Amino acid sequence: MSVPFALLGLLEREPSHGYDLKRDYDAYFGRGKPLPFGQVYATLGRLARDGLVVAAEAEPGAGPDRKRYVITGQGVTEVEAWLTEPVEAEPHLQTVLFVKVVLALMLGRSAERYLDTQRGAHLRRMRELTELKRTGSLVDALLADHGLFHLEADLRWIDMTAARLSSLAEVVRP
Amino acid sequence: MTAAGLPAGPGRRGCLIEALDIVRSFGQTPALRGASVSVAAGEMLAIMGPSGSGKSTLLHCLSGILIPETGEIWFDGSRVDTMPETARSTLRRQRFGFVFQFGQLVPELTAEENVALPLLLGGIRRAQALQDARAWFGRLGLDGLEQRRSGELSGGQAQRVALARGLVTRPEVLFADEPTGSLDSLTGEQVMNLLAAAARDQGTAVVLVTHEPRVAAYADREVVVRDGKVTSLSPDRVVS
Repeated sequence: MSVPFALLGLLEREPSHGYDLKRDYDAYFGRGKPLPFGQVYATLGRLARDGLVVAAEAEPGAGPDRKRYVITGQGVTEVEAWLTEPVEAEPHLQTVLFVKVVLALMLGRSAERYLDTQRGAHLRRMRELTELKRTGSLVDALLADHGLFHLEADLRWIDMTAARLSSLAEVVRP
Repeated sequence: MTAAGLPAGPGRRGCLIEALDIVRSFGQTPALRGASVSVAAGEMLAIMGPSGSGKSTLLHCLSGILIPETGEIWFDGSRVDTMPETARSTLRRQRFGFVFQFGQLVPELTAEENVALPLLLGGIRRAQALQDARAWFGRLGLDGLEQRRSGELSGGQAQRVALARGLVTRPEVLFADEPTGSLDSLTGEQVMNLLAAAARDQGTAVVLVTHEPRVAAYADREVVVRDGKVTSLSPDRVVS
């Protein structure tokens, strides 16, 4: 999901210790659901294994918390790609959409372009569901309606967020 | 010469109607600041955008109701923005249809006279015009309402009458500005189903202005107007 990319994006901003990453993740994206330390280090381990981050030498007073993580060139490329790709349009996406917008602003990338791409992906899915309503049974139509209303809610959120990008940028940029 | 009696221009391959870099202001307030968009024959395009973004102004420029200060409007190989008003009026009457948010039926006329109005204005004799108009009542689920006046119709019925009026001349382009904006969800859906089906059946291109994603989802393609410019929404790929 979005946790590995969120940590990777935070590391693109600046090299960090696991503790700092957890603190920043919880502040920006946690929203009442803090990231467990175990998940932070397990994720960093996987990112290091995949060559997306490197762990610098452990600092004095060693322990996992003393390692400083640095994003690699490949890691930056992965963040860049992830921030421009629309998510498959389905209900209950708010976390991923939110993380992408905040990270894009934090890293000085175009959140507006991402939102447009996502808007296009949502509308394409809505077109498919509308066609299903036209050609399918009443049961199909009711199920399609459920999807349509949720996608529409996402789109309203996208519109509101697009209108507030400059204010949001002031909040998330140090 | 084109059907509207206009000299043929160079045209744009693949486009029936096109706006190129148009600028339009109202007093000191810019509404469009270099907007470009094109629509193919038979295509249904949704123009979306927040209130005040310029989407209705774009529709009015595409349909020859407003003239941009700079930029070009082309329709079927003819330059629209440089036509004399009489030629644009002929173009609108003969080759375009219109549906607006609040139906805008003529209250003194019956429903069938409202539908027949574009035909009558185009010189079709009354009996023929009314006969053509009546054919639309069954098609749009309006049977039995031919003699009603607009005050005696529900919102959904009035909007379907307005839709019939917009399509009765079999226009090449139907311009629809928030056609479901005054209707509840279910009635709006009925109107959009009818609009999309009728336009598809007769190969009419539709330029649909809406702020509602559920309405835009009936279109083949959508663009967003933001700060007077047009942004296309076409994801290259979708990932999970």
